[in-house]
Order: sequence, then C-alpha cells, then structure tokens
Amino acid sequence: MTKPTGTPASAAGQRTTGNTAKRYQAGVLKYKEMGYWVPDYEPKDTDVIAIFRITPQEGVDPEEAAAAVAGESSTATWTVVWTDRLTAAENYRAKAYRVDPVPGQADQYFAWIAYDLALFEEGSIANLTASIIGNVFGFKPLKALRLEDMRLPVAYVKTFRGPPTGIVVERERLDKYGRPLLGATTKPKLGLSGKNYGRVVYEALLGGLDFTKDDENINSQPFMHWRDRFLFVMEAVNRAQAMTGEVKGHYLNVTAGTMEEMYRRAEFARELGSVIIMVDLVIGYTAIQSMAEWARQNDMILHMHRAGHSTYTRQKTHGVSFRVIAKWMRLAGVDHLHTGTAVGKLEGDPLTVQGFYNVCRDAVTKEDLPRGLFVDQDWAGLRKVMPVASGGIHAGQMHQLLDLFGDDVVLQFGGGTIGHPMGIKAGATANRVALEAMVLARNEGRDIASEGPDILRKAAKDCKPLEAALATWKDVTFNYASTDTSDFVPTASVA
Amino acid sequence: MRITQGTFSFLPDLTDEQIAKQVEYALDQGWAVSIEHTDDPHPRNTYWEMWGMPMFDLKDAAGLMTELKECRKVFPDRYIKVNAFDSTLGFETMRLSFIVDRPAREPEFNLRRTDTSGRNIRYELETVRS
Repeated sequence: MTKPTGTPASAAGQRTTGNTAKRYQAGVLKYKEMGYWVPDYEPKDTDVIAIFRITPQEGVDPEEAAAAVAGESSTATWTVVWTDRLTAAENYRAKAYRVDPVPGQADQYFAWIAYDLALFEEGSIANLTASIIGNVFGFKPLKALRLEDMRLPVAYVKTFRGPPTGIVVERERLDKYGRPLLGATTKPKLGLSGKNYGRVVYEALLGGLDFTKDDENINSQPFMHWRDRFLFVMEAVNRAQAMTGEVKGHYLNVTAGTMEEMYRRAEFARELGSVIIMVDLVIGYTAIQSMAEWARQNDMILHMHRAGHSTYTRQKTHGVSFRVIAKWMRLAGVDHLHTGTAVGKLEGDPLTVQGFYNVCRDAVTKEDLPRGLFVDQDWAGLRKVMPVASGGIHAGQMHQLLDLFGDDVVLQFGGGTIGHPMGIKAGATANRVALEAMVLARNEGRDIASEGPDILRKAAKDCKPLEAALATWKDVTFNYASTDTSDFVPTASVA
Repeated sequence: MRITQGTFSFLPDLTDEQIAKQVEYALDQGWAVSIEHTDDPHPRNTYWEMWGMPMFDLKDAAGLMTELKECRKVFPDRYIKVNAFDSTLGFETMRLSFIVDRPAREPEFNLRRTDTSGRNIRYELETVRS
C-alpha cells in the first residue's frame, strides 16, 4: 500500500494522541516541536513549495532553523497560542521536510518547505509574497535567508492570467519572426527635451531597430513632461514605420506616483497608437497586476524594467533569487522582462541567467541545478514572457548572445547604438546586419560560438557601419566574477 | 525604398542556394514551409496571397525551390516570402519568414497626419504604388 501524500503520520499524530494537551501548554516550544518540521512529509501536487537558503546563527540547529522559517512564513508566532486549537492547525502549518547542506558553502543549508494551497488567495502576488517573504527575512535566529526557488502548483498557476500578449502573439502582431528583436534605450537617460528625444528614437528605428525604450527613471521631469515625450516619440515611431514598411515601437514608460496617473498615461499611449507601454518593477506587485489587466483590455504589450531588483537578488546568502521574481512576473502578467545579458555590464553568470530565460519561455521548466532551477515547474499553458537582454552589450558580441539565448529575446544595445561613431542610424544598422548575418549563418549550420567573429568580419565587408562598430568596441568586455552563481554538486555525465 | 520586413532584409538579397539552406534548416526543425506573395507590403497587411498550402510533408528543399520558381514566373514583379510554420504545442506559429523576391520598383508609404484634440495627431499609413 502506498502512503497517501500530504498526511504524514507525525502530523496526523498531533491531532489524535494524548500529547495534544502538552503541545498546547502555555509557554515557548521549539518550532520543530510545534509541527513545522515534518521530515517524512510528502508534498501534495497542490502544495506551494519554497526552497530557502538558510544561514542559521551559531549554535542554531539547521532543522530547527528550517522549522522556524516554515513557522514564521505561515501560522506560527514565538509562543504557543491556545487559539490554534480552534483551527485545523496542522493543515495550515507550513512544513519543512528536507534540509540539505549547501555544496561548497559552510554553515548554509537548503530548506524545502511545503505550504497548503488554502494559505493563499487566488490571483494575488501580494498575498503570496506577504506569506513567503513577509516577516521571516528579519527573523533573529537566522543570520541570513534567501528564497532560491519556488514550485507553484498548477492549481495555483491557473488562478493567474499571466502575460497579456505573450511571445507568440507579440511576434504575430509585429510580423517579426526567426530572429531576436532589437532595441535600444534612449541616451542620455535624463535631460533631453521631448523633441531631441524623439530624434534619437527616429534615427534608431529608421536604422533597423524594432524598438526603442524609455529608461526606468524617465517619467515626467522638468526637462521633459510625459505628454511631450509621448507626442514626439509617436511622431518618430510613425515616421520610421513609413520609411521602412516595418512595425516599430517605443516602450512608453507610464510609471508614476499613483495608479490613476499611470492609467492616464497608458490611455494616452493607446490613443496615440503605441503598440507597447512600460512599467518599472518598483511600482509594486499589485500595480503590476493592475497594469497587466489594463494591457489585456487594450491589446497592449507590457514591458517590465526590473528597476531595483539587484538590491535583493544579487547576494547569494540573503534576499530573493531573480528566478523567483521572474516566476512571479510571469504569473502577474508582463510581456517583456529584463533578465540579464551574461556578457554585458551588469551582474549575471551565464548559466544562472539562462535559468531565468527558461522560467520566462518554457511550457514546463525542468529541474536544472547548474542553472539554479531546483524543481520542475508546469506553466499550465500560461503565455510566455519575452526576456530582454540589456546593459553594456554591442554588435561584436552578437554570436555569444544568439548562442546563449536563441531567438526569443529582445537584445537591447543602448550605448552600442547611440554611441556609434557614424551616428545613431548607422549604429542601429550595424546591430541589425550583425544579427541577421549571425542568424543566417547559424541556420546554415555554422558553429557561431567559434566562428562568430569571422562571420561578423565577413558581414562587415558589405556594411561600413558594422565595420566601424566592430573597430570601436572590439576590446570591450566586462569580465568580473559573478556573485549570484549556483551551488550544486556536478554529476558525472553518462558516457 | 527597400522595405525591411522579414528575417533577412538587411542582408544582400539571398541567392537561391542560400534560400535552399534556410529551407533545409526549417525542415530539419520539423517546420512546414510555405510561399506567399503580394503587391501590397503595408506593414499591417497580415494576409499575403498563399501560393498553395503549407508543404507539411516536404522532405527536401528542392520541392520548395521548384514551387518558388513557378511563383516567380507567374508573379515576376511582386513580393514573395518563404515562411516556416511550427505546430509544436506552445508555438503553433511562424518561426521564420523572409522575403526572397521584390518588385523592381518598390512602393512607398504615405504618412497622413490629422490633427485631433490638443496636440494629438492621428496617423494613417497608405501604400503608394509607383
């Protein structure tokens, strides 16, 4: 007979044995003794599972620390309360059921914790996160705590509506297939007037980019109020469409101080015929879900800039891994998400970054420890998020970018377009030619990882702007050690 | 003007040998290739004319190249593109789409602006055949 999952003997025992009275005597008990450590627990298919990296204070037993995390992120408080007995408490208690030492890191442990589905409100990232990362990160018996990964059960995934547009529909709307999309952030990020700003947009789109972008902190400042920006930018976008016969877009950042103001800006963007708007991660989970709802009602692509994330995603011992943020964003419903470049100026170990891309694009994300993915995640048909690689990348890295990330990605070259010695339009053309040449070569069976530089040089023979781009940035790399890398034991491959 | 729709519009026009290699790639992925043509490349013209149905059971690029030659004969002065369609769950969409022929003289697009409320402008794009 197989043991039914979700009802371990030890948890059920608390309800039926004579120890119950003792369990609820007033006073302080170890969390392990309160039912938050259940080593024989087998998670149900409908449980939310969270994997934390815990660093207990000296002298704190790791199992007790894991139990404390389970307790503080679900029903527990620091002392025994008799009112637990008015509830089916063992159902609502999160259960730590596995603690593994982190390979290669002393005094750190991966704690696996299961939460019953009834603990969460449907379709609310705010509610999910208020539990999972609510109080527990400041808990004194832990030196540090990091949420590494989550398994979101299909039953919970189906309560979210996900990306308003998704990769497939975005491509069908834009009529762009078979290659990464190209973008650039308007630079300088602050100070341009609306008219000058639109000039940058026009040149970049005319030169061959698909998108241009407001930066995260372009909202409505004294040098350029938002309506001025929207009007000039849409003139640029429409003119570039007329000159190229291609659909073009500019991510109009509608981030503002209140929801009312964000709706106002989004509606103006729609009125002007923009295909895409943008918000920053700092507006908060509920605001993001509201903007996703608006985007769904208005056939709008929703771009998300992950402004602020590095404050809690970068350090390995404390915070929330970006792979978890990416999972929440796919549920909340964004169409584009900045997920790193691996080769550019910002933090990103290549394998770890590929893990973020998988979370955005897979139908089912498979466990993959080198890429930091602890569990299988079935996305239950939820639309796919287009990852965005942005920050310190240039045409000379095209083979690496295509090899790392494949076709479904927006590659954003801001400085790498606008800083081109022959001008913005030439910078855009250099990127587009490099990209198309690389895709063509890959499809022809060439090994772009090793032959990439040669492919670029050949393509540059027909394209002066590409030649100039390669000459200008040939030695630019950002080779620093990554802080956010996966800790796992490599398994020997089957020969 | 040179319209820049499609996967490879910024490269010099592809030779037949290059086209065949892309088709081989698509077939290797399990995608179905097809041919479409039009005289109106307006960016919102989603439905170009189909040159027959997608070739679901094609084994060799030569089959598509034969059809492409036929299509060129009948429509020597139109845009022709080659598409590759992926029926895999979660995609079920085009995975590659590139222009292989263009008219000798490409049309242009007229951008019509109408002032509406405030400084708002309503934009309309119109294909102008020369």
